[in-house]
Amino acid sequence: MSSNHSKRLWMYAQMVKSRHFEDMIKPAYFEGKTPVFNMAKGPLPGEMHLSDGQEPCAVGICAHLRPDDVVTATHRPHHIAIAKGVDLNAMAAEIFGKKDGLAGGRGGHMHLFDPAVNFSCSGIIAQGMGPAVGAAMAARMRGSDAVAVAFLGEGAANQGAFHESLNLASVWKAPVVFVIEDNSYGISVPKSACTAVASNADRAAGYAMPGHHVGGNDPDAIYEAAGIAIERARSGSGPSLIEIETSRLEGHFMGDPEGYRPKDEVRRLKEIDPIPAYRTRLLEAGFEESELDRAESEARGLVDQAFSFARSNDYPEPKEAFDHVFA
Amino acid sequence: MSLPDQTIEKPAAERRLTIAKAMSEALAQEMERDPSVLVMGEDIGKMGGVFGTTTGLFETFGEDRVRDTPISETAFIGAAVGMAASGLRPVVELMFVDFFGVCMDAIYNLAAKQSYFSGGKVSCPMVLMTSVGGGYGDAGQHSQCLYATFGHLPGMKVVIPSNAHDAKGLMLSAIRDDNPVIFMFHKALQGMGWLGTVAGSINHTPESEYCVPIGKASVVREGSDITIVGLGATVHQALAAAGRLDEAGISAEVVDLRTIAPLDRESILASVTKTGRLLVVDDDYLSFGIGAEIIATICETLPGPLKCPPQRIAHPDIPIPFTPVMEHFLLPDAGKIESRVIAMMGEQK
Repeated sequence: MSSNHSKRLWMYAQMVKSRHFEDMIKPAYFEGKTPVFNMAKGPLPGEMHLSDGQEPCAVGICAHLRPDDVVTATHRPHHIAIAKGVDLNAMAAEIFGKKDGLAGGRGGHMHLFDPAVNFSCSGIIAQGMGPAVGAAMAARMRGSDAVAVAFLGEGAANQGAFHESLNLASVWKAPVVFVIEDNSYGISVPKSACTAVASNADRAAGYAMPGHHVGGNDPDAIYEAAGIAIERARSGSGPSLIEIETSRLEGHFMGDPEGYRPKDEVRRLKEIDPIPAYRTRLLEAGFEESELDRAESEARGLVDQAFSFARSNDYPEPKEAFDHVFA
Repeated sequence: MSLPDQTIEKPAAERRLTIAKAMSEALAQEMERDPSVLVMGEDIGKMGGVFGTTTGLFETFGEDRVRDTPISETAFIGAAVGMAASGLRPVVELMFVDFFGVCMDAIYNLAAKQSYFSGGKVSCPMVLMTSVGGGYGDAGQHSQCLYATFGHLPGMKVVIPSNAHDAKGLMLSAIRDDNPVIFMFHKALQGMGWLGTVAGSINHTPESEYCVPIGKASVVREGSDITIVGLGATVHQALAAAGRLDEAGISAEVVDLRTIAPLDRESILASVTKTGRLLVVDDDYLSFGIGAEIIATICETLPGPLKCPPQRIAHPDIPIPFTPVMEHFLLPDAGKIESRVIAMMGEQK
C-alpha cells in the first residue's frame, strides 16, 4: 500500500500543526516561571511533555483512522490528539485551564478527553492499553468494524499492563493495534538499560501477533505498517504491535536539564528532523511548493487561532470543581 | 521559621539543608555505614531522583548499589521484598504516590504481611520513598496525598517529614527499621526551586548521624487555646496561621504528626487535654481521612468535654483539578485555618 497524494499532504499538514502547537507552548510555558524556574507559575502550570520529533508516529497511524476509531494516548499526547482530530480550540483552552477547555480545566495537558473523536490519554504509564482492548471489543460486540489504537512509549513495554493487554487482546482477537513510540528514553533511563530485547517488536511473537518494526521516523513507512495492522484489526483477524523508532527533541518535561543525554545528541536529531525531511521528500515526489506552503500556513493559522481562543477564554468558576465527580 | 525539637541540641552553627539534600545525605551515610543498604527506582541513578532524593549517590556508590529500574513497579517493588527477606535493606523510590496502584499487591499483600504470615520469622526491612501533594497544576494523577490509604493498611509504617532535620532523622530510622516503611515527602517542601519552596522546611540539619523516632509527633509551637494538628505541608500553613492568630490574641499549639502509622495518639491527646479545642488540617481527601481518625481518637479518650466541636480542614472528596483557580480554591491554606480557628473560638459549648 502506498500513501496517496492527499494523505501525504494531510500527514504533512498535521505534523506542521503539531509542531507549531508545541512551538507556541514553549514561550507560553515559561511565562511567569522565570528567572528562577517555578513549575507552579504562569498560564501553563504543572509538568509539560512536548512531543516534537514524534509527529510521524501520530500521523502515520491516524491517517488510517476514522472518528469512531478509539485512540488511547500517553502523557505526551499533543501530536496524537491533533492527528486524531481533537478540537484544537478546546484542547488549547484545556491546557490553559480555561472554562471552554475539553474538561473545563479539570484535566490539563496529561488528561485530554474528546469523546467526539474517541480520544483519551492518561498520565500513568501503559495504563491506556487495557482500555484500548476494551474499546476494541466493545466495537466488535456492537457489530462495528471500528478499531482501537493504544499508543505507548518504549518504557511502558516493561509494565505488567503491556504484557497482560497483549495476551488478552490476542486471546480475544481484539481489533486493536498497539503502537510503541520508541524515543530511546524512559525519562532519563536509556532503553538499553531497561529493556531486555533490542526490539519490542520481537515481543509480539510471545503473544502470537504480528510485530512490525519501523525505523527512520518516516511517516510513509509508518503509514504503510499501520495500514497492514489496521486492516488486520478491521477485518477481524486480531491485534498487532507496531514499534516505531522516533526521536524526542526536548527533555522528558520542560525544564528537564537532560544531564543523562549526550550533549550533541539533540543537535544530531535536529539535523534529521522529520518535518523538513518530509517536506523535501514531498517536493522531490512532485508536490508543488505552493501547496505545501498553503497547507503549512493553514495549519499554523488554526493553531494561532486556538491559542488566541485559549488565552481570551475565561477561567472557570472555582466551585465548578465539584461538578462531574459522579456521572 | 525554626522548628524546635527536643531531639536536637542547640546548634553551634546553622547548617541549613533542603529536605531533598537531607534525604540524600541520610542515604549516603547509611550506605557508607551498612553495606546491605542499596537504592533503586526510576531515574534515581545519574539523574539523582526527579525530586533530588538520591543526588550524588550514583557517583559515590556505583551502579550495583544505586540501580535505575525499568518502569516495572510490580517487578521492582516485588524484588525489593525478596531482597529484604534475603538480608538486604533496599530503599526504593516510586516517584509519585499516585502510581502505587499498579503495584499495590506487592506493597500491601507482600511487603506489609511478610512478618505476620511468617510468624515473625521473615521481616521486610525496606523503605519505599514517594512524593505526595499538589499545588502546582499537575492534576489528579500526579498530586494526591493518599495518607489515609496507606495509614489504613496494617504491617507497614508511614512517615512524612515537614522539614529537613526530621527528614534526615526519619530516613535513618526508616532504613534501620525491620519493617517496611513508606517514606512520603511533600513536593512543596522538597526544596526543589522549580516546585516552589516553603522556607520553613529548610532548617538546621546536623551532619552527624541521628534518628528521629518513628511514631512520635512533635509539638512545633506551644499554645493554650487550640491544638492544630498538621502533617507535611499543612504544618507550615498551621504555623503561619498560628502567627497571625497570636496577633489576634489566640494562642494556638501546632502539632506535627511526622508519622502517620503508627499514629502518636498520646501526644495529640496531651495537647488537646491542655487546649480543649482541636482542628486537624490535612491535604488528603476529607472522608475516612487522618482528620476523622484523630477526632475519633480524641472523642474516645479525652477524659473531659471539649470547649467546642472538633473540626477538620481537608481536600474535599473530588479528584484534584488541573486549573489553578480550582486547585487553590480547594487546598488548605493559612487563611482557611485562621478563619476556621476564629470561628471555633467564637463557639460556646
